[in-house]
Amino acid sequence: MHVKLHVWRQADPDARGAMETYDAPDVSEEMSFLEMLDLVNERLNAEGREPIAFEHDCREGICGSCGMMINGQAHGPQKGTATCQLHMRKFTDGDEIYIEPWRAQAFPVLKDLVVDRSPFDQIVEAGGYITAPTGAAPDANLTPIPKEVADASMDAAACIGCGACVAACPNSAAQLFTSAKLSHLNLLPQGQAERYQRTQAMVDTMETFFGSCTNHGECQEACPKEISIDFIAYMNRDYVKAQIKNRKLLSQG
Amino acid sequence: MIGSLDSHGPAGDIDTRWTQHKFDMKLVAPNNRRKFDVIVIGSGLAGASAAATLGEQGYNVKVFTYHDSPRRAHSIAAQGGINAAKNYKGDGDSVQRLFYDTVKGGDFRSREANVHRLAEVSVDIIDQMVAQGVPFAREYGGLLDNRSFGGAQVSRTFYARGQTGQQLLLGAYQQMMHQVHAGTVELHTRSEMLDLVVKDGVASGVIVRDLVTGAVSRHAAHAVLLCTGGYGNVFFLSTNAKYSNASATWRAHRRGALFANPCYTQIHPTCIPASDEFQSKLTLMSESLRNDGRIWVPKDPDETRSPDQVPEAERDYFLERKYPSFGNLVPRDVASRNAKTMVDQGKGVGPLKNGVYLDFADSISRVDASTIYERYGNLFDMYQRITDEDPMQVPMRIYPAVHYTMGGLWVDYHLMSNVPGLFVLGEANFSDHGANRLGASALMQGLADGYFVISYTLANYLADLLGTPPVAVDDPVFDEAQQSVDDRVKRLLSIGGTKSVDHYHRELGKIMWDYCGMARNRTGLEKALSEIPALRDEFWRDVRVLGDGPMNQSLERAGRVADFFELGELMARDALAREESCGGHFREESQTPEGEALRNDDDYAHVAAWEWGGEGSTPTLHTEPLTFGHVHLTQRSYK
Repeated sequence: MHVKLHVWRQADPDARGAMETYDAPDVSEEMSFLEMLDLVNERLNAEGREPIAFEHDCREGICGSCGMMINGQAHGPQKGTATCQLHMRKFTDGDEIYIEPWRAQAFPVLKDLVVDRSPFDQIVEAGGYITAPTGAAPDANLTPIPKEVADASMDAAACIGCGACVAACPNSAAQLFTSAKLSHLNLLPQGQAERYQRTQAMVDTMETFFGSCTNHGECQEACPKEISIDFIAYMNRDYVKAQIKNRKLLSQG
Repeated sequence: MIGSLDSHGPAGDIDTRWTQHKFDMKLVAPNNRRKFDVIVIGSGLAGASAAATLGEQGYNVKVFTYHDSPRRAHSIAAQGGINAAKNYKGDGDSVQRLFYDTVKGGDFRSREANVHRLAEVSVDIIDQMVAQGVPFAREYGGLLDNRSFGGAQVSRTFYARGQTGQQLLLGAYQQMMHQVHAGTVELHTRSEMLDLVVKDGVASGVIVRDLVTGAVSRHAAHAVLLCTGGYGNVFFLSTNAKYSNASATWRAHRRGALFANPCYTQIHPTCIPASDEFQSKLTLMSESLRNDGRIWVPKDPDETRSPDQVPEAERDYFLERKYPSFGNLVPRDVASRNAKTMVDQGKGVGPLKNGVYLDFADSISRVDASTIYERYGNLFDMYQRITDEDPMQVPMRIYPAVHYTMGGLWVDYHLMSNVPGLFVLGEANFSDHGANRLGASALMQGLADGYFVISYTLANYLADLLGTPPVAVDDPVFDEAQQSVDDRVKRLLSIGGTKSVDHYHRELGKIMWDYCGMARNRTGLEKALSEIPALRDEFWRDVRVLGDGPMNQSLERAGRVADFFELGELMARDALAREESCGGHFREESQTPEGEALRNDDDYAHVAAWEWGGEGSTPTLHTEPLTFGHVHLTQRSYK
């Protein structure tokens, strides 16, 4: 098949950047989207033009490295699918494809399609953990956890931290990411001791980088792991409770 | 062949050896730990767990990862599970049995004492990860679920859906981020180690390149921990992530660290075959599929009918035919080699005739479609996304692919290389899997090293250095190392050749796969040893690395591929020297009359550790004899 690409090119974080157009003939339907970009890059290299920078690693939809806006959709047209798992058979001969980096103020462009997603790590750093120093753990079967609870926690923990939720949101909000990380830990018995401090710390950190949620639901649509926005409701509930609980905890001191 | 390497393993009863040794080793007091600087390279299971643990204990830790976030490390892609001798099922598991299975599974080419320690600490890993909030699969009663994996006769594998690696890595990553918050761990993302700094034979620091700004910086420490994974990407096509590379270990090798058993590579039988010449990587399908799928090829190489039209009598269920007792569940190496034989005989299936069928039709009619879908739905969906075929309707096509490398830098019992101060953890070292790794054991080893071994053995090393500051970063050894990094970057950018880095990587991969892949022989390996240097010379003359900005992905890849060339040559040399078949290393000259791998314990029951001889010079072989006091050497049989 033969497609035409319009790709965002930007030399460095301070450069102005612009869309450039590349003709891509002889693309196989069996190729993944990233293999198509590999091919385009090989040809650019052969012509003496610098290849398009983009992030990718596992190419199995689990590491969360890849991600780009494809025709305005985060990770492209296939539901529940990261860019690396999208295949060219989802496009048709003659298509024009617009490829842009994640668009969000909190994710500045470093080069071409590569953005800086480090605010996600800072949200985790603020409280996205359970304090359990190495060596201090009791036997793993000491606390039974109902299967439904473990499953719900796992549903949230499946987040790959790719940033599609932020890119898809008209407000560039990070509620889906933050609530997934929070719910993974807040649902489990092990996570209870730090539940409300964690919630407050992570939400407050999130607010310093990202916009606010106005329930558009675009994040859930874009999520390659199909994480539910129900988790945002859980997070909001815990955040409200945290305002009271954290004060009570202080008063015990 | 010279010298006999000493593993520095303690003596005594194997059941209590590690416990006693923990008592015998030196300690660093809590108030002295902040006086020590430790560098950790890599943030996968081994690196993140080590950094978190050492940070909690009070050391000054610096972590470097070339990813944009530590959570991207390739540990994240492990699907199946993690073994532990918990015996929660009461079905006869024990530390002794996990130890035995691992030594035997490794085809008697691992070090007994290390493997026993691994089995012992396996139980602590599960406790730690559950406390960390890893949502392992549970039974309805709320207790942890287990499954049997990779042909084990007990249920000892813990799992989190098909994403066990992801969940374990997130657990270790979170614990490490907690220490970043606490200020004990300093995290450097998008930072690639490009050289090891050695002063007077002792590891003293690293040279790092910032992948965004291009700035090269120097970092000194009392100890350097390499937790940088395996080197399967030498083959270009593998199940490894695209960035996975061997540069950190290879740079350390060039600075004096011995590289052990480089020829031991694991080829995983159930991967999706390549679809075209642009294939960029191969995707693994969990081997649990072999529990319900039957593997076959048409008997007639010229068969053109669709698989459901091929009558039963005209199908060859070759594993069931050759191995009646294990059938489709034979170990990875056996399943892989037999699939290769079928494809080599022209019986391969699919448009490129490069796969074999894995057929669920019998299971679907025996149980029912929904049960099969419930078991493997996520894998079926992934397969369908990639191939556009539904395994519920049409048999899957599978073919073996490079998956894991058992070889790595040589380490002693303390996980320290022969270069004092340089420690190597996880897949990057060679120590625990022998010539073949059992399923669900990679995650176990990475976490065992990082959580429960290194903090003891590192303290033992550091205790003698109290009061000694790290080497100053303006020391001439740092000048020399940085100069060599700068020179190499300049050289790669100035070649201005005609072909891309990926072109050379693919060509190298083809040589490796053809001559140093699933089956090896003298003629092929000698051919590889002449073709690789020739291709390497061409690479250094003709590669084209464009771009003048600081962030340059072609430049990053070029450096890694340049190192793969040297490592690939060493792999072929090691494979040639080991004139026996063992585990993942199958020498065609050494097989039983039935075509099975034939070990030679008299001549090759040793670790082969290679010393860098300089560019263009032959490396020197050192050996460490392997003795087996607790497990009897037997020839594996799966008939």
